[in-house]
Amino acid sequence: MFTGLMLNTWITATIVAVIAGMVGFFAVLRGQTFAAHAIPNGAFAGAAGASLLGINVLWGLAVFAIGGALGIGALGSERGGRKGRNDVVTALGLVLMLGLGALFISVSSEYAEETYALLFGEVFGISQGEVLPILLLGIVSVVAIGVAFRPLMLTSALPEVAEARGVSTRRADLYFLVVMALATSMTVPVVGALLMFSLMIGPAAAARSVTARPGVALALSVAIALVTVWISIALSYRTNWPLGFFVGVAGAVFFLLGQGFRALGTTLGTRRPRPAQ
Amino acid sequence: MHYVFEPGLFASGPVRTALLVGAIVAVTSGVIGVFTVIRGQSFAGHSLADVATTGGSGAFLVGLNQFWGFLAAGIAAAALMEGIGVQRRRGRDVATGVVLGAALGAAALFLYLGTLHTSTTGASFTVLFGSIFVISPDTVPALIASGIIALAVVAVLTRVLLLTSLSSDLARAKGVPVRAVGMAYLAALAVSVSLAAVAIGAVLSTALLIGPSATALRVAKSPGWAMAASALTGVAATWIGIVLAYDSFYWPPHGHGWPVSFFVVTLVLVGYLLTYVKRPRRLAPRSPHEGAECSPA
Repeated sequence: MFTGLMLNTWITATIVAVIAGMVGFFAVLRGQTFAAHAIPNGAFAGAAGASLLGINVLWGLAVFAIGGALGIGALGSERGGRKGRNDVVTALGLVLMLGLGALFISVSSEYAEETYALLFGEVFGISQGEVLPILLLGIVSVVAIGVAFRPLMLTSALPEVAEARGVSTRRADLYFLVVMALATSMTVPVVGALLMFSLMIGPAAAARSVTARPGVALALSVAIALVTVWISIALSYRTNWPLGFFVGVAGAVFFLLGQGFRALGTTLGTRRPRPAQ
Repeated sequence: MHYVFEPGLFASGPVRTALLVGAIVAVTSGVIGVFTVIRGQSFAGHSLADVATTGGSGAFLVGLNQFWGFLAAGIAAAALMEGIGVQRRRGRDVATGVVLGAALGAAALFLYLGTLHTSTTGASFTVLFGSIFVISPDTVPALIASGIIALAVVAVLTRVLLLTSLSSDLARAKGVPVRAVGMAYLAALAVSVSLAAVAIGAVLSTALLIGPSATALRVAKSPGWAMAASALTGVAATWIGIVLAYDSFYWPPHGHGWPVSFFVVTLVLVGYLLTYVKRPRRLAPRSPHEGAECSPA
């Protein structure tokens, strides 16, 4: 289980879990869950376009992911109103990218196998050469989030205060979505669009329901993502069932555990005041 | 004229079925979508389509009629989303995301188990993108029936739904059971979305649910007009899309029709963007769904 190609799998999955745990924490905090679903899925359509043109799939992934992020960020958040028409624009951006994907796939006509791989990932066949770019990208994403940690927190938790202090919510949105797009464009070919989404939302949501302290929640989100991935790889290796299944189910189980923990805390009278709507 | 309407277009059986089914789905989605947009539940609307397709592949696996798989998964997911759903919008999105993540995992498993038996990876593609030209005519009555059920639920609840969508506090003060209304609405949405997904695919289902409604809400002055405009826009986009897809058989590359979903999505999106161009922002009255975003504080 820990030899040869499998070693690459463990390393890559660990990096991906760290990225997903961090990016996912802010996605949940900022109410960008839908974008976390739309950007990886849209990126997958870009890969179809790239393979049609005969260029490197990564270019297609990057162009669609970043294009989608910019579109959602620019049209979605109006001045001040973070939630605005965000979900409508996200939905329309997603269907546009998927519609283009349908066109690319139907024109190229021999894509079904690769479609499956890009949606559900190929984590058990990673070569040495694929590990390094993912590691580099992981470092870039972690640094990008670390550098902007305070403005990202401020615009998530207290958007009005952030605006008053001259921190633009809209710019923070754009910045965050582009980081998410970068992260997904590298991880999608490895773990798949669907798995990336599950890995971003499940652990982060679980962490958020356990604690309200940002630093602790962020660390917990990464930790849960790591545990999720490690358990899933081991189970998938043993049973031969797809990795995505275990990750999806584990995410939901951790979320339910977190909710149970919070309910327990509430009944024991340690309830924290809820943030204003 | 023959360049636009290919001779024999309206005599073809699949095309007739496609036009009929497209119209049914567009009207149902258009009307129900108005509330989806007002309530900010686009993510739920899209997720239900994805979850329903999981049910479809599960039903396929155990040899049941796919239609029931779609419907059962859609309604179960709606109940789960509302069940764990927190009242605040962001909490609701997270609940939706968790349900969607688990369902996508299950989809991966079903497709994997399915390929063990049949070795068709094409299934994932068909489930996601669907094909409006391969609907068997005997599913049409079921489509119409469930479309009518979904519309009836929304018609009965219209006033209450609008009230709870715009101010849930006011609705609660007036004695409206906000939670039950939300649940009923989500069930209607699940029925309509699963039907759309089984008929035309998950992508097109989301496009028809959100696109025409968002467009109509930017233009129309009242919810009633918005519903009518949304249904009409949806039907127009679908029909034009079908005709263009039929014509595209003669476009490059030869011998390959372009997918209907591409045309419909593009038309829907162009319609939405046109509403930005037409009116100067300064004079535009706030449309209802923007009002819905005001915090009650």
